[in-house]
Amino acid sequence: MSIQRFEVAPAPSHADPVGEALARALVHVDPDVAPDRVEHTSVYLISGLPDAAACERVSSELLADPVTEVVRSGASAAPKDAALIEVHPLPGVTDPAAESVQLAVKAMLGVDVSVQTGHRFVLYGTDQATAKSLVERSYANPVIHAVHEQPYQPESFSEGVIQPFAVREVPLRDLDDEALDQLSRDAHLFLDRHEMEAIRDFYRELGREPREIELETLAQTWSEHCVHKTLKSTIRYRELGAPNGISIVETVGERPHHTQLADGEIQINNLLKATVAAATHELIEEGIDWCLSVFVDNAGIIAFDDTHAVCFKVETHNHPSAIEPYGGAATGIGGCIRDIMGTGLAARPIAATDVFCVASPTMEEVPTGCLHPRRILSQVVAGVRDYGNRMGIPTLNGAVWFNDAYVGNPLVFCGCVGVMPRTAVEGYAQPGDRIIALGGRTGRDGIHGATFSSAELTDTHADEFSHAVQIGNPIVEKKALDAILMMRDEPTGCLFTAITDCGAGGFSSAVGEMGETLGACVDLEKAPLKYAGLTPTETWISEAQERMVLAVPEENIERIAEICAEYEVEFCDLGEFGTPGRELVLRYEETEIGRLPMAFLHDGIPTPTREAIWDPEWAAAQSVDRLPDDPSGPRGARESLLETTALLLEHPNIASKSWIIRQYDHEVQGGSIVKPLVGVGDGGPSDGAVVRPIPNSPRALAIANGLATGLSADPYVMGLAAIDECVRNLVCVGADPEQIAILDNFCWPGCDDPRRLGSLVRAAEACYDGAKAYRTPFISGKDSLNNQFTTESGEKIFIPPTLLISGMGIVGDGERAITMDLKKTGNLLVLVGQTGSELGGSHYAALTGLVDTRMPQVDLVQGPRTARAVAAVIERGLVRSAHDLSEGGLLVAAAEMAFAGGLGARIELLAAPASDDADLVARAFGEHPSRYLLEIDPNAQDDVFAELSEIPCAVVGRVTGSDVFEIVGDTDTSSMSLERLRAAWAKESEEQTGASS
Amino acid sequence: MSPKALVMTAPGINCDLELVHAFEMAGASVESVTFGRLSRQPSLVDGFELIGLPGGFSYGDDVAAGRVLATLIRQNLYTALAAAIERGCPMIAPCNGFQVAVQAGLLPGPQAGTPWPTEPLSPTVALATNTSAMFTDRWTHMEAPEETRCVWTRGVAFNGDAGMLPCAHGEGRFVASDDVLNQLESDGRVALRYAESDNFNGSVNRIAGICDSSGLVLGLMPHPERITRWSQHPTWTRLDESLREGDPPGLAMFRNAVQHASGVLA
Repeated sequence: MSIQRFEVAPAPSHADPVGEALARALVHVDPDVAPDRVEHTSVYLISGLPDAAACERVSSELLADPVTEVVRSGASAAPKDAALIEVHPLPGVTDPAAESVQLAVKAMLGVDVSVQTGHRFVLYGTDQATAKSLVERSYANPVIHAVHEQPYQPESFSEGVIQPFAVREVPLRDLDDEALDQLSRDAHLFLDRHEMEAIRDFYRELGREPREIELETLAQTWSEHCVHKTLKSTIRYRELGAPNGISIVETVGERPHHTQLADGEIQINNLLKATVAAATHELIEEGIDWCLSVFVDNAGIIAFDDTHAVCFKVETHNHPSAIEPYGGAATGIGGCIRDIMGTGLAARPIAATDVFCVASPTMEEVPTGCLHPRRILSQVVAGVRDYGNRMGIPTLNGAVWFNDAYVGNPLVFCGCVGVMPRTAVEGYAQPGDRIIALGGRTGRDGIHGATFSSAELTDTHADEFSHAVQIGNPIVEKKALDAILMMRDEPTGCLFTAITDCGAGGFSSAVGEMGETLGACVDLEKAPLKYAGLTPTETWISEAQERMVLAVPEENIERIAEICAEYEVEFCDLGEFGTPGRELVLRYEETEIGRLPMAFLHDGIPTPTREAIWDPEWAAAQSVDRLPDDPSGPRGARESLLETTALLLEHPNIASKSWIIRQYDHEVQGGSIVKPLVGVGDGGPSDGAVVRPIPNSPRALAIANGLATGLSADPYVMGLAAIDECVRNLVCVGADPEQIAILDNFCWPGCDDPRRLGSLVRAAEACYDGAKAYRTPFISGKDSLNNQFTTESGEKIFIPPTLLISGMGIVGDGERAITMDLKKTGNLLVLVGQTGSELGGSHYAALTGLVDTRMPQVDLVQGPRTARAVAAVIERGLVRSAHDLSEGGLLVAAAEMAFAGGLGARIELLAAPASDDADLVARAFGEHPSRYLLEIDPNAQDDVFAELSEIPCAVVGRVTGSDVFEIVGDTDTSSMSLERLRAAWAKESEEQTGASS
Repeated sequence: MSPKALVMTAPGINCDLELVHAFEMAGASVESVTFGRLSRQPSLVDGFELIGLPGGFSYGDDVAAGRVLATLIRQNLYTALAAAIERGCPMIAPCNGFQVAVQAGLLPGPQAGTPWPTEPLSPTVALATNTSAMFTDRWTHMEAPEETRCVWTRGVAFNGDAGMLPCAHGEGRFVASDDVLNQLESDGRVALRYAESDNFNGSVNRIAGICDSSGLVLGLMPHPERITRWSQHPTWTRLDESLREGDPPGLAMFRNAVQHASGVLA
């Protein structure tokens, strides 16, 4: 059947914002050859419209707006003096708009049509070849798009090729070690030698060769991504010194699951269990009674009130985002939201978070195989925006950290918080339950995502792994969410006994996990496919998005079907949980194609002992600062403290992220109380967000994060600083420090090098020490290793060790939450916490090129005590505004509070509680942990200081209400206008949005 | 007896919870019904005294914002909705609801004194892509024209910071031909405008919301349903106590409509 082509363009004299936006973007790509003007047209290719009348109706009523647009039928040529580029999705790439057009045409005409959508750009003032190159560098990605230089008018849509069904065996029993390695690499299994050997031994004993689908199932289940084998392994650790932080060897007696061997080395049995999880379990034993589910489910769950629980999960989606940032980030947040939908018996997502670590957008040359960081950042923001906004989940908290070592491995952390009834905290599949899959269809997208994310990236990965890239369709996930909550809240009781999402490893991981103790029998031909031609193995391991798996008692299937129909959700019955021998049995049209004992699948992975060395000198050399070059000129000491303050406010890590924040809907659901931007004209950065999960209850939840990558020279120091920062941020908006739960996300380079594993051990030990000291249990976590990039010339670029701590804390009464903007002239500014002289790892050091190997340390007694004392004065209503001292130190924090409140302030540096060796620079810009700046009414001074009696604190200034920010140093006073400081902080964001409005 | 409000959900609609909450706070009893069910059984609409078409991304806002849902409503539900307006049912359509309403023939609706036509009218106004081509979340200062017919905004003070409403959209630039615009203006059917400084999406005449000739049907890009408590306000921690007295502007609008519906009921 022939394909009709329709072009929809702005009507004459109507604006073309999409074309104009691309024109602006192309100026960033290359200002010298960018076009003068770009015109955008939407293209629809439709096959199956019965007649001319149908074409006319569809084009005028559905495709074009009669007020603002015109529609043309057929392919129009490019104007003579312009270049033409069309961008269309490659076959098999998710095209949500096409699906919607199909649905609407069916409703209008009652006919089934096939649809593809595309975009056409006409570029004026540039030649054809340049136009193509510009669009490919900024807009189109060959991984998912076809770029055409003529109007695209295919004869027919490509269809899947039906492959003859066959059960394929993979001869493996007779392979030698080298051949095993080769097979692991060629088949993209990414299993190491020990693991391949274990599989070989298993099949030798079984007396047969593995079948392809069995091998794939093992590779998915045993991938680093799914099983965290490095963090769960047995480790032998030794230290070559510990100049910063503490010695693990000397404190081994205080550490569970650690033993000192005869040769002095420390053996750690299961690093995760011995550190992160041990802290939680000990805190629970010590009386913390609000942790409802830790480490076992898709997200950790804590009590919120008597009837509700809240859960939190943070995931990374680094490797896919490196190759296709938009799709990678969108499916990153989409996957994390599904984790929340699949926690317990399903939670409702109420907030999202995003943290990005990227190279500097001003980087001039990037290695072959890497996308430019500017493009990566704008596209990951767009991905999170489009998925989160469409799901109706407010994105409330985040951060961006810039370091050029992230050039090949950008980090994309996506978090999601959910709320659920306390009765829905747990669920277990029962023998005989049906395996129900619902949501999106299965396609070839995302195959090998789990194993790919466990590999390191090279300059050819974009080609080799394009099939691992996924494009999401958030509306399919939203429909599934609506239907699942309806099934959960059915008046007669929840219709399913267990639920999980299809994430890494697809059905293989979801069904494998849910059926771990029962066994499962799966009929793969039952899964609805996006297109014909998938082999059963591909169906089994596909990571196509928006799919959930439920265990449903037979008698509830009818009601499930009704609800799915009501919410326009597709579902299928894939088989049954429970087999006699606790096996995973895979069938295709009644032929057995795979059979694995669950015991081998889940417990068969060998756990070799790994060697770890902490070598501080090597680590210090590795952490050579790769912060972006000072944007305003060469590095060098600044003469004036205020000029330096302004430069720090411009630093990309510190500067306003409003250009990102404003693209996210942070109001949807109506629950946000403290938003990401606060103060006059939204002119200040909030420390954390506060959201009200239950509309009728004032009880609220604070959400924040901590990231201290500047201190990566010793991940122990870094880890504690991140925990302290997360707690500070939560306390500053009103959270109760006795009810804070935290999450760990480790992103590390490959840990085959014992020195890198040594640095990972130190970060994990910090998690134990920090969580115990602050009484903040970890409830969930995730790791992403192998974050290094090999360039064309073989050079390896390793990311800095990165530990993100995310946290949520209960705010008893959201109506008493506070914000960081100064409120009233005449109020006093109180600095709480001690300032030291160390400047290592600070933004001041990065800005000026100062070398200081001494790093500020968290005091594990004083830090938690300070957090509790500050929370107590806030709880008593004595604090008008609070801000933690973090990146940039005291003057940055004070300036932010001043311009956010539109009220001038005066700071006396010598009044700050500080060690004797702390000079003015350290007082002004040191990033010592556990410090807070509070604005209080002068009449509250006595009460505040009584509450803070055990903590170093002092009045360091006051709110003057003028239009300048003043500082008093040794002898002299200097001042700078608030507007100048605000403009420095806002500069980058205003350029970004100015460029697009 | 409290009037009953219908909140219509559909695939991709995601602002239904706050809309339900706003109606409830204003004294209505609320039921959410899916578009699928309503389209199979349009007579369900007859049982309600208030109607809300919530915001979101119906059907992904594919093709254009609200286009697919509007197309489906024109096919299956327009008649029932038009009948509800005829019998005096206030209707609110924030954000995506507004985008749907203008394409489904529900706004601006027929001339004053003319009954609702049996077939939906062709769209005469549009909500086009923001000038920035970007989805933008921000609070805007508002102006409510004194001469408006709108039942929802009548008497509501949108003063200064306390009167701000939250916006969050990528396609909210109000567009209309000069003729249509003149008619809307002269007929008191502009219900809300962005303040001079806050017309961020580039709307003609700074129009943020319009109503039909009866004043019952309000379509607007801002989200009044998200400002029914003062602690939802972006600077509530610094707003003067005196400004925080009484209902926030969003709740005041819903109270107006519920009161109107109660009057019709009584």
